[in-house]
Amino acid sequence: MKIQGKVHKYGDHVDTDVIIPARYLNTAKPEELAAHCMEDIDKTFVEKVQKGDILVAGVNFGCGSSREHAPIAIKASGISCVIAKNFARIFYRNALNIGLPILECPQAGEEIAAGDEVEVDFDSGVITDRTTGKSYQAEPFPPFIQNIIAKGGLLASLK
Amino acid sequence: MAMTMTQKILAAHAGLDSVSAGQLIEVNLDLVMGNDVTSPVAIHEMQDKGFHEVFDRERIALVMDHFTPNKDIKSAENCKKVRTFAKDYGISNFFDVGQMGIEHALLPEKGLVISGDTVIGADSHTCTYGALGAFSTGVGSTDMAAGMISGKAWFKVPSAIRVKLTGKLQKYVTGKDVILHLIGQIGVDGARYRSLEFTGDGIASLSMDDRFCIANMAIECGAKNGIFPVDEKTLAYMQGRTSRKPVIFEADEDAPYDETVTIDLDTLKPTVAFPHLPENTHTVDSIDDIPIDQVVIGSCTNGRIEDMRAAASVLKGRKVAEGVRCIVIPATQTVYMQCIEEGLTQIFVKAGAIVSTPTCGPCLGGHMGILAAGERAVSTTNRNFVGRMGHPESEVYLASPYVAAASAVTGKISCPCELD
Repeated sequence: MKIQGKVHKYGDHVDTDVIIPARYLNTAKPEELAAHCMEDIDKTFVEKVQKGDILVAGVNFGCGSSREHAPIAIKASGISCVIAKNFARIFYRNALNIGLPILECPQAGEEIAAGDEVEVDFDSGVITDRTTGKSYQAEPFPPFIQNIIAKGGLLASLK
Repeated sequence: MAMTMTQKILAAHAGLDSVSAGQLIEVNLDLVMGNDVTSPVAIHEMQDKGFHEVFDRERIALVMDHFTPNKDIKSAENCKKVRTFAKDYGISNFFDVGQMGIEHALLPEKGLVISGDTVIGADSHTCTYGALGAFSTGVGSTDMAAGMISGKAWFKVPSAIRVKLTGKLQKYVTGKDVILHLIGQIGVDGARYRSLEFTGDGIASLSMDDRFCIANMAIECGAKNGIFPVDEKTLAYMQGRTSRKPVIFEADEDAPYDETVTIDLDTLKPTVAFPHLPENTHTVDSIDDIPIDQVVIGSCTNGRIEDMRAAASVLKGRKVAEGVRCIVIPATQTVYMQCIEEGLTQIFVKAGAIVSTPTCGPCLGGHMGILAAGERAVSTTNRNFVGRMGHPESEVYLASPYVAAASAVTGKISCPCELD
């Protein structure tokens, strides 16, 4: 499976409190959460983001709280994939569990710039920056993770 | 093959003789926990996918602590959903207003987690129970749902950092200063995906409340769990709280550790983490005057009885500075009652502080003490991210109950030694 989209770029340690502030955690409705996604670090994100866009960030993306509302908000905002130098562990699990594809790739996290058009091939783990022409190799998902994604999430895969 | 303490607990729960770092395993869970923010999502997922049974009604704990007493209609609806679920599915460990406390103070207090257990909780500070010599870690709502259904969870076996504690804490220095110091040293991702295993002769002098506080903030350096060996204090704490028998695991002498960090408790000083990351630590004696608007003393990190006693020892016979709002939140009903019985509540109120019913409230900017733009708080909580306690332009400084109480009195970030 391949996706392509425009990049929104953020730095290191993007925490779940800025991805979706706790003041909005009284709901779990994806569209309501998406309306406030990234609000505390980038007020313009919600207006800028287009369906299929890609989020690129530095180290420890998603650190902090275990709120699954964070990947839910990102996914519902239209983001098709998050690429980061690396992820905080709870966010990593949560994202895959709800079917938000995420890839770890330090070089891509460093070099890909805001506004670039990027293509991601989930089967091979190849990330291609169409704007600069550069390609990056991320680790493709192991079979059991592929199974969770293919079934549409962890719970569906239990059935 | 030699194993860390964490690896031994995981191996036992996976039915394996040994495990090694990086291995993917499926483990049996002793307890699955969720709160009023994360459980509704898990319940929705479960029911949406057609699961109508849980693996064990006795081994699920649902604690209504984050936005309770219900702060608004949506929060009330969330609690109602969990309450209905608990009733319909016969979940015995459902803690509503009146019985509830902040989850990570409440569960050990109720004896629901003991040494040797493996626990997941849909709250990042679930790592708190490592203080009891249990493996416990935070997960999201979907993992919680899967855990409630199957009683199992998959994990990548973590490697570990050994944190060797030597010496003894000095006056006004607490477990909070130990963990803030450690996070300052290794950074907010310094233990990402790994265990923190505390060892050394310094542990003996740490109270259980110190250990809970330290294990609680393991997640703030990215750790999967933070764990203490079981000693006489641990066993004494569990005495009378449970009918289950604790299982004591010990790391092998030649257990593989990625690295060892040594902290000398003798020389440790009261420490504060500046906005907007818990790694931005400074010793209180090294900072300039930082005027404050609010003090919060409570949370799953520092809302236990020793924390209340520490704060009260500073506030006794003193007044909260003009222009400062001081909010004290005992973490559970038991702690709340102890505060009354020991006369701490009277000290707080006389000093001009308020004493709230247990709630996570202000820690995550939920309710009961939200900050306006430009306001600054000293808080005994665990995170100081942008917007954590309210407006994105507010600031949170993390510190111990001693420092928080002293700051309330002086109106600026202070050590109680300045008041002696």
